[in-house]
Amino acid sequence: MTEIANAGPMDSSKTAPDFSNWSCPLPLVGYPSIVMGHGGGGKLGNELVEHLFLPAFRNAALENLGDAAVLELASGRLAMSTDSFVVQPLFFPGGSIGELAVNGTVNDLAVSGAEPKYLSASFILEEGFPLVQLAAIVASMAAAAATAGVQIVTGDTKVVERGHGDGCYINTAGIGVLRAGVHVGPHRAKAGDAILVSGTIGDHGMAIMSVREGLEFESQIRSDCAALNGLIAEVLESAGLAVHAMRDPTRGGLASTLNEIANSSGVGIEIDEASLPVRTEVQSACDLLGLDPVYVANEGKVVFFVAPEAAPQVLSVLRAHPLGRDAARIGHVTTQHPRMLVARTGLGANRVIPTQIGEQLPRIC
Amino acid sequence: MKYLTEFRNGEIAQRIAREIHQVATRPWKIMEVCGGQTHSIIRNGIDQMLPAGIEMIHGPGCPVCVTPLELIDKALAIAAQPGVVFCSFGDMLRVPGTEGDLFQVKGAGGDVRVVYSPLDAVELAAKNPEKQVVFFGVGFETTGPANAMSVHLAKRRGIKNFSLLVSHVLVPPAIEAIMNSPGNLVQAFLLAGHVCSVMGYWEYPPLAAKYKIPLVVTGFEPLDLLDGIRRAVIQLEAGQYEVENAYERIVTFDGNQAAQKLLAEVFDVTDRAWRGIGVIPRSGWRLSEAYREYDAEERFHITGIHTEESPLCRSGDVLRGIIKPAECAAFGKECTPRHPLGATMVSSEGACAAYYNYGRFISAEELAGAGAAFSGVSLAGAAND
Repeated sequence: MTEIANAGPMDSSKTAPDFSNWSCPLPLVGYPSIVMGHGGGGKLGNELVEHLFLPAFRNAALENLGDAAVLELASGRLAMSTDSFVVQPLFFPGGSIGELAVNGTVNDLAVSGAEPKYLSASFILEEGFPLVQLAAIVASMAAAAATAGVQIVTGDTKVVERGHGDGCYINTAGIGVLRAGVHVGPHRAKAGDAILVSGTIGDHGMAIMSVREGLEFESQIRSDCAALNGLIAEVLESAGLAVHAMRDPTRGGLASTLNEIANSSGVGIEIDEASLPVRTEVQSACDLLGLDPVYVANEGKVVFFVAPEAAPQVLSVLRAHPLGRDAARIGHVTTQHPRMLVARTGLGANRVIPTQIGEQLPRIC
Repeated sequence: MKYLTEFRNGEIAQRIAREIHQVATRPWKIMEVCGGQTHSIIRNGIDQMLPAGIEMIHGPGCPVCVTPLELIDKALAIAAQPGVVFCSFGDMLRVPGTEGDLFQVKGAGGDVRVVYSPLDAVELAAKNPEKQVVFFGVGFETTGPANAMSVHLAKRRGIKNFSLLVSHVLVPPAIEAIMNSPGNLVQAFLLAGHVCSVMGYWEYPPLAAKYKIPLVVTGFEPLDLLDGIRRAVIQLEAGQYEVENAYERIVTFDGNQAAQKLLAEVFDVTDRAWRGIGVIPRSGWRLSEAYREYDAEERFHITGIHTEESPLCRSGDVLRGIIKPAECAAFGKECTPRHPLGATMVSSEGACAAYYNYGRFISAEELAGAGAAFSGVSLAGAAND
């Protein structure tokens, strides 16, 4: 189990978590760590809800503490998504599992063209997990939800015996309302479409790798974890129908996302390697470890496939947004080599970029 | 100097490529020894920039590829034992033994960990005295110093629960083996820059003289490789056979003396089997008498290993430059990175995997134009693999 000292992500600008300012609500003080009873549906579980989850996530739908949240939604099409979060370490430079759990589901809804509204949050906690860490995670979720403009309206907690979990797993599910007139999907990319990415790639994956046990290296790399619904809303308001496909390149990185869209749409994709935005420190760390940034995970980036005539407009909207300052046009869709992603290398040669089989592994030399 | 971008400059690369085109009047076959160089050549498309007659042959310099199956099976057997923490560089985890790989041992409950340095494994041993910590010490001379330092430190600190499973191989005997092999095609070598950063290049002038071949110490960035090729072609055209250093910012003639001293203390030269090639005399290192107690093979006494290579796999011919990866009948069919038949398909530095990953089963003409050429069955499958 991670040590409590110097741990805590209330202030996500700090690398090392700091729990020193967090005071435990009185009824929870008797149990500084999670015990089996916290998941038993009895008094201890109620105390967690009443003194930790409710104050952090408070909203009208949650407050009833019913078996289900009852929600008011405008009529129209709904989008629903779910994701589970098992990241290690739980706290990393630039964020924590809590922010990931909120932003991950918010982003999945947003790239479907929906406006994210409500989330559920389920925690699977390991016996012995320090309560201060749980509180820090919950606080970061509350802050992320507020930033994204979504409410956490229902939830659940289970406790597994020590050794049967990794401290804390979180599942979130979310509901969003689809915007009228927006029809995006990975199967809608068309030949000629311009491909834009909202910022630098590989930041999240390398931030996690820099602090993973046994693989630590010194770096200033921070996760890009962020909710993209605001940025995407601005693009859709500005370019609407010109946006054909959107996706957040998380696990498997940009390469996997582009290959998925090439496959779904039955088109070929060409990108220019020199145009890919990659931070120097990310590129250096990748070179050192023998990794390729196109395969490294992102948690706050989105790729747009837009009609070519709309590309300059979308690019300027992106660059005007704090989360899109490093946005770049990286390639285009072609009728040639369907279902394949081809990159023009810095030297002017071509290479095919396939989907990775598994995790990228650091090379020997 | 920003080493990240300067040596990837497209314009300078084109300039060097043009010079190679001007100098080359005949076909030449040049072998890059190191797997890292193969990776960089294919990833950046450097071979596409060369005159048609200049052929790069991808040598046996990927330590993952040439580690014998028997040793991988031993690693799997040791890693599966209770109480063992088995540490390795990342790309050894996916190398298939006769039955399964280290990932599968991990999935079945074995404690298998990826580390970046053998010294991390020594640290793990110090922190977990009740465990037996084993490091899989593979590699060429490049990884030798860190592996040597790990047992040296373990001995000095009295850490008894650390051991090294050694499969070290050496470049100069491999060059001799290639030059002596019947039907050898190689006319010049790009020497592995990082090997030479440790060993220097004092070992190579006798080889250049004996076999009358140009040997160029070469780095790994696109411009390094192009410059190495340029110098090799100039020598070949002039009928010269010298050892040249095209990686001067890193490599000196004498190399890293402190590292060489430690290597001589910790390791003895020994015969080694190379996967796909066979036994090459005096081509590897094993732990010397003074450090023998840290040898994982001695400590665990693994017996009853029966290895079996796929009869379809021609990785030996690929490693000796007899065929290109795509010329193997199993390439991209029975043998893919997901289901590798031989180690050259496993490591990203292996010639077969490099060809597969970067789409080298597609001809340059196909890539450049004709969309119809891409609708073939093998390609659609490959893009998904």
